[in-house]
Amino acid sequence: MVADESAVTPSAAGGREFWRRFRRSRAGIIGLGLVVLLVVVAMAAPLLAPRDPQTTSLVTLNPPGTPGHPLGTDNLGRDILSGVLWGSRVSLTVGVCAAAAAVLLGVFIGSLAGFYGGWADAVLGRITELFQVIPRFVLALLVVALFGSGLWKLIAVIGILSWPQAARVVRGQVMALRGAAYVDAARVLGLRNARIIFSEILPNVLAPVVVIGSLDVAGAILLEASLGFFGLGDPNLVSWGMMLNNAQAHLRQAWWMSVFPGIAISLAVLGFNLMGDGLNDAANPRLGV
Amino acid sequence: MTAGSTPLWRYAAGRLAQAVPLLLGVVVVNFLLISLAPGDPVATLLGEYPAPPEYVAQLRREFGLDQPAPVRLALYAWNVARGELGFSFAYRLPVAALVVGRLGNTFLLMVTALTLAALVGVGLGVTAARRRGSGLDTAATGISLAGYSIPDFWLSQLLVLLFAVFLGWLPAQGIRSVREQYTGMAAVLDVARHLILPAAALSFRYMALISRLTRASMLEAMSQDFILAARARGLPERLVLLQHGLRNAALPVVTVIGYNFAFVLAGSALVETVFGWPGVGRLLYDAILQRDTPVLLGVLLMVSATVVVVNLLTDLLYAALDPRVRY
Repeated sequence: MVADESAVTPSAAGGREFWRRFRRSRAGIIGLGLVVLLVVVAMAAPLLAPRDPQTTSLVTLNPPGTPGHPLGTDNLGRDILSGVLWGSRVSLTVGVCAAAAAVLLGVFIGSLAGFYGGWADAVLGRITELFQVIPRFVLALLVVALFGSGLWKLIAVIGILSWPQAARVVRGQVMALRGAAYVDAARVLGLRNARIIFSEILPNVLAPVVVIGSLDVAGAILLEASLGFFGLGDPNLVSWGMMLNNAQAHLRQAWWMSVFPGIAISLAVLGFNLMGDGLNDAANPRLGV
Repeated sequence: MTAGSTPLWRYAAGRLAQAVPLLLGVVVVNFLLISLAPGDPVATLLGEYPAPPEYVAQLRREFGLDQPAPVRLALYAWNVARGELGFSFAYRLPVAALVVGRLGNTFLLMVTALTLAALVGVGLGVTAARRRGSGLDTAATGISLAGYSIPDFWLSQLLVLLFAVFLGWLPAQGIRSVREQYTGMAAVLDVARHLILPAAALSFRYMALISRLTRASMLEAMSQDFILAARARGLPERLVLLQHGLRNAALPVVTVIGYNFAFVLAGSALVETVFGWPGVGRLLYDAILQRDTPVLLGVLLMVSATVVVVNLLTDLLYAALDPRVRY
């Protein structure tokens, strides 16, 4: 088997080259900008927010521009701007942690299946198929409904339901590489399999994994918001999805309850999607455009 | 790998044989959820509605709740196989009947949305590919990025705000007008009016996906030799585009629709919730509010089984369209 050249992307030495190519991707730069903005807002939420997002008041359903409430208030008088700012913390935490869990699981399972083939590969294939037919959202919904919600439970559920994509990609790349000449050389030198996978093969699979990771964050943020919209977010935290759930009953009176949290979700998801596109362009320079 | 080396029926039989373990897998996932959920499995199988003690005893017997796990799994699979998915005390209906009764409305919404997505998406993709690099191409790229990033339930709320609340053109809730008693054609038109907004909201993401794929595969198809040959024969450009280019670009569209069916169903659940569309998704939402777990379990099972069947049909359609698949 001949190694797929595209799978071999320079790792450490190519970091600067990778960044140079990433900078040329307009999508990637805009995405990175949005992601940085999200991170800054999440970190500075206590400083930026005019008030506690959970504090209710008598100024209910006030439109944007009300003194002290630039984006208005909801049906319980809670400040929308503060909710949007604090909500970024939940989205970012769940998005990044769930994607990290999914990628780690995916790399582990995918490299085992790709390197050893045989029954390990067959089992992975069946499980991946199963995950493709069970709608992820419905399963997540059921798990949270049965086991209860909470920040860490959401991260665990979304992470566990999101690994197959990373596993598929890693499996393919590892399969292409396991017959490469330099891997054979490592084998001849007497390196153990675990060592070959970790230090010879995986560094070369890093680029596509980073791309998938970025797209996984976007997917996880969307899934968390969807669960929140079904009323299954962490009940102790303010999240964008739950703000939209709350807005549903008041659409006719208060458009601002829906519009601002929705913009926030869309920008966050767009940011990670664009960043993933940019990383992909940088990882596969020969595709051009 | 020569074309037609395997007859279609043999390929179909092979794929059918692969679908059976998948269905079993779905049953096992459901069983694990019931077994691992905190609390008494009877409570999970019942939901939080008061049930007569005879029914509780019947459940314990039918699901063998005092038996070891393998026996319980076998009994559970047997119950599922004969369509026994439990009883919803919130609706006073068997779960299977309840879900089947709602599937029709969900399918109506999904099929309309996907048709819309295919028509607009292919049109957009072909135009973008023909005028590569133009303002229209850029706009199409922008639309597809938005499609990936805007949550469909929020898009639904925006459509309600714009077309129902502010403009008052279209209804925001339900599948038919409650105040009127339409019959015949008027009733069909009434449902169609209620269908426009949810279908548009649900289709957006897939329109984006299809237009992007169509653009890519058109660009690829149009650079092939047979296109050159068709042009050399002096065929009008329109014909080249439609007969040779689009025909080859059709395959990815079939794939997107077929293999994304699970996602479309999930999206439908969210969109239905916003529009009060009486489908499976709305049922799911209400079941969560009422802690009606048998309905949740039944929906997961039936929806997954539907996806298995649709994937199977997609494979067959794909194989019929492109003999190279049947190696």
